[in-house]
Order: sequence, then C-alpha cells, then structure tokens
Amino acid sequence: MPTPPRDPDAPPFRSADGAVVLRLAVRNHPGVLSHVSGLFARRAFNVDGVLCLPVGDGARSAILLLVRADDRLEQLVRQLAKLEDVLEIRREPDGQRAFAAATAWLG
Amino acid sequence: MNSTGASLILTLLERQGIDTVAGIPGGANLPLYDALGSSRIRHVLARHEQGAGFIAQGMARVTGRPAVCFGTSGPGATNLLTAIADAKLDSIPLVAITGQVPRALIGSDAFQEIDTYGLTVPITKHNYLVRSAAELLEVIPDAFRVASSGRPGPVVIDVPKDVQTETIEVTRLPEPGRPDAAPPLEHDDVRRAARLLNEARRPVLLVGAGVIASGASARMVELAERASIPVATTLLGLGAIRDGHPLSLGMVGMHGAPYVNLLLEECDVLLGLGVRFDDRATGKASEFCPRARIVHVDVDASEIGKIKTPVLGLRADVGDALAALLPLVERDERRAWRARLAELRASSPLAMPGADDPLQPYGLVRCAAEIFGDEPIVTTDVGQHQMWVAQAYPFRRPRQLLTSGGLGTMGFGLPAAIGAALAAPGTPVLCFTGDGSLLMNLQELATAVEERVDVKVILLNNGHLGLVRQQQQLFYGARYQASRFHAEPDFAAIARAFGVRACSLGEAADPRATLARLLAEPGPCLVDVPIGREENVYPMVPPGAPNRDMIEGGRRADAAA
Repeated sequence: MPTPPRDPDAPPFRSADGAVVLRLAVRNHPGVLSHVSGLFARRAFNVDGVLCLPVGDGARSAILLLVRADDRLEQLVRQLAKLEDVLEIRREPDGQRAFAAATAWLG
Repeated sequence: MNSTGASLILTLLERQGIDTVAGIPGGANLPLYDALGSSRIRHVLARHEQGAGFIAQGMARVTGRPAVCFGTSGPGATNLLTAIADAKLDSIPLVAITGQVPRALIGSDAFQEIDTYGLTVPITKHNYLVRSAAELLEVIPDAFRVASSGRPGPVVIDVPKDVQTETIEVTRLPEPGRPDAAPPLEHDDVRRAARLLNEARRPVLLVGAGVIASGASARMVELAERASIPVATTLLGLGAIRDGHPLSLGMVGMHGAPYVNLLLEECDVLLGLGVRFDDRATGKASEFCPRARIVHVDVDASEIGKIKTPVLGLRADVGDALAALLPLVERDERRAWRARLAELRASSPLAMPGADDPLQPYGLVRCAAEIFGDEPIVTTDVGQHQMWVAQAYPFRRPRQLLTSGGLGTMGFGLPAAIGAALAAPGTPVLCFTGDGSLLMNLQELATAVEERVDVKVILLNNGHLGLVRQQQQLFYGARYQASRFHAEPDFAAIARAFGVRACSLGEAADPRATLARLLAEPGPCLVDVPIGREENVYPMVPPGAPNRDMIEGGRRADAAA
C-alpha cells in the first residue's frame, strides 16, 4: 500500500507512549467489524484508533488498529488471531502516519 | 439437481453425520421444518429453545462431535443464547441454526426480527448470516469445521426465510466440514517440558476439559503412572482419570478436597493440560501453586499466559503433546512425594458427613452410584448438588460427567440429560438437580416423556437456592435475601402430571430400596429427596481468596504446615 503524503498543515499526531499500530487483513463482509470491535470492549482492551477500508478487489479489508504496547498487547493479538475472519496480523511500523493523516480530518 | 435452501441445509447436515436435531419451529424457520419431512434426520421437539440448545449440548458432550439445534427468529434465537454461551465457555461443539426474517425485511423491525448475528458475536466461536442459498454450500461445512477444530465451540448460522425457500441448482455437493489439522508440535519445547518434569521433585498434573476434548485421557494417565505424578482435575476434567486411581487427587479449587489444594501449595512443577486457570479452580490466581514452575499445554494459544504466566507454554493438541512427551519422561517412583501425598490425604481428607444415609447429600450421591455401578452418564444442574456430585460421585471415565462449568447455568441438567440419553441409547442417565435449577427448565419433562428417554432425575430438594443461601450465611452476615422459596411445589406430583414416574424419598420406609426400584425401571423418573435446609458444601474457598484459605464446616482449615 503506498503511504499517503503527509499533510504539512495537519496537527502533529499524538499517541500514548509506546503505541503501536497493528495491521489486520480481514474478510470483507458486513459483520467483520463487529467481531473485531466487539473483542475490544468484551476483553477490556484499550484501542485508541481504528481505520478500516476494503482493499484490492474488495474481498478483503485492511484494518489498522492503534493500540498500547502494554503487557496485554500479546493477549490482544492472540485473541484477534482466533477470529475466523481475521486472516493475518502484523505490526505496521509506519502505521502511525495513517492515524496522523486521519487526525487532520477528525482532530 | 434443484434444491431449496431448506433442503440443502438438511442434505448438508446429513452429510455431516447428523441424525438427530433438537429444536422448535416458528414463523421464520417453517421452510426448514417443511423440508424435515423428506429428511432422515430425527427431530426432537423441545419445549423451550434453551432446552433444545442443551439437548444438543448433551449429545455433543457425550459424543465429542458437533450437535445441532434449530430455533426460529426473534424469541427463538434469544432463548437459545444461554445454551450457546454455555457451550462457548465449556468449549462444546454446537451448531445452532436459526430462522431469520426475509432479507428484504432485515433492519425493518419486522415481526420476530432480532439481530441474531449481532447478539451471538460475543458468545460464539464464529457466526454467519447467510445471504443466499448458494452460500449454504460453503457455510454449513465451514460451520462444522470451525465448531470442531482446535478448541471446540459453538457456531450460529442465521438463515433468512427467503434463503430457505430460494431454489438453486446444485451441481456438486461440498465435502463435509472436518476439523483442521492440529498445530505442529514444537519439539524443542516438548524436550524442555520433559526436562522440567524429569528435574521436578514434587510435580502435579492439572487436567482440564481439553484432555477430554482431545481424547487424551489414557495418554495422560500413562504419563502420570510412568513418572508417578499425582493428577488434580478441574470440574470439567473429572473422569479423565478414574476415581480411586492411586494418583488421582480429584477436583481442585473452591470446593476441592483439602489435601488437593494443600498439595498444590507444595508442588514444584505444575503441568497444566487443557486447562484455562479458571478462578473457581485457582482461587486467587496470583497465589495459585506459589512454589511451582508452570508448564501449560493448550490448543488455544490465547489461554497460554492469560491468567498464569508459564515458564513454558506449548500451543498443541494435548494428545499430540503427551505422545511426544511420554518417551522423553523418565520413569520415577517419587517415593517422598507420594508419601507426602498419602500424609496429606490422611490428615486433610474430604469430610463426607452422612455418606451412608441416602437422605443426606453425600449419601444420596453415593447410593445412586452404588445402584448403577460405572454404567451411567451423570448430568448435574448448578449449585450445591453439583459440587456434592463433583466431590462424591466416583467418576470412572471421560465424558461420564456432563456439567455446566464455565457459565454455571441452572437449568442445564435435565435437557442435557435428555440429549445424553438420545446420543447413548441403552445407557442410563442420572440427572442430579436442585429445586432451584429444575424449575428453570422443568418443561423438558414433557420432552423426556415424548422421547421415552432413560433419564433419572434425582432432586436434592432443600427449598432454597442453596449455594446462594450458603454464601449469604458465610459472607453476608447470615442476612438471607431471596434465597428461600416460600412456595414449595410438590415435585413428585408435578412429574406425575407430566407422565413421569415419581416418588418422594422422604416418605419411603426403606429409601435405598425405593431408590433402587424406581431407578431400575425403564423410562424417565423423578425422585424428590428432601435434604437438610442448611446443609453447606465444604470446604469452601471464599471467592477471591487463595485456595489454602478453605472454610471447613465453619472453621478455617490450617494452611500447609
């Protein structure tokens, strides 16, 4: 995925210390977001931001999650990995830039 | 071949080996029921969808294979929720197929419309809203694959009415869904686990439902015998090792025997097999097995490190892990450790007052076990009677005890017993229940009569929500609120009104003989047994306290000396 250019006027994106961005590849159907977002509330995980868009031919979506790199991160990743519609999870080292861009719109 | 969605569902279920389905018809699943007429699947009509869910659970718990229940949309689906959630917490492969309003009406608050998909997200392993009949070809086998793979669990398939009536041309039927292959073993980790066990001086195996689900009980006992390792089980692990085996400790935790909890205080290596370190088993988790290095084997990676941080975690099928571990574990007699176990067994046994009297809880459980020997399947409801059964019934084999462990659902026992009897014809099923629990799914007595199942309901009747009363006595200053039933129905009369043979044991001249005679007759029966109203289950670890803090008949047992 090409990295969108950084808007020079966007406010600096602030995140909690030690935040990381996870990138999920998921099946794209109407229920998948409720599976992913329901998990955060149900297991009391702190998730600071979510971005989700269909990718490629639309059969899959990419979800970026802004999460805290605390001692529960591994448990969060393992719980996400159990969801049938989550096909892949990896860290997105550059992912904070996406949230910085979104902050320009929402912040 | 042309097929409607409804017939396709039944064809695919038949190909999964499903021969019996429990359910209730309603508006949104009528096409499915219409198609049942030309299917060889036997339908068991429950009297409440929760009953249907637990009947299916009973079948699944006995066989280890996925079982199916049907419900309609709206209240049919909401009534199923408790049984589905129960299956999630106990890792039971359940496939619930619900009717839904036609696609065009979804989202319009139509009659009996509810967001079944949304409601079941947190209580299923996975769920589906089927959007076309063609999707069924993929969804039904996938649902069985998901329900039975790795750590089993429930799956919901929500099928709109017009998907059930949609006709499609089916050129080729899909292969039945089968469990995925188990994750590959990390052999280095197996070697490390063997080394930890070989170096251990005071090891214990902690055995949970995962051992039974994996069919690994015999291998687990082989490991225990090879290296002389005592075996403690969780509630759902009971039966994995036979009661009376010299290395069998029985149940750990809140109502475990004192010597079990005390032995775990001294253990130096704990091998957890298919367990999830539930708080009812561990007590205060941070003080569970305080001297032990923990090795944790579970097929669900998210369980490893969730509650207790192990020195070594193996994500593996327990049976695979044990097979690899066995040749690496040295034979050891562990005389000192076994002597310590014998010492604790003698000094801190499980007190079972009244064990010879069939009108007292322990005596009743023992008496029923003596009458039937090793043969029956045992279900329980939830509460004091459940713990008395867990403590006192001599379980001899895996899948002999069916009980609601994780969710602790009152109302589980009777419908689960019906399901067990359907799945194991010819095997008697004992359902131990309480007067609180039985009323929560009493209507299934009608199903038991209709199906002529060999279910023997043994009702421990104390006119209370007994375990609530006990907690109010012990932890709420004996301020009893809403735990006593002021109206007490005549359960034997109610059972007879359903067509179930029944008696009250309190009126019997020879309770043991009466019990034996009633239980020996085929078909369903109910035995109402009045028990002491203030009987408590001991020992009891207060919720949140470490397991060494056991209350024993009103006093605290001493911690390990």
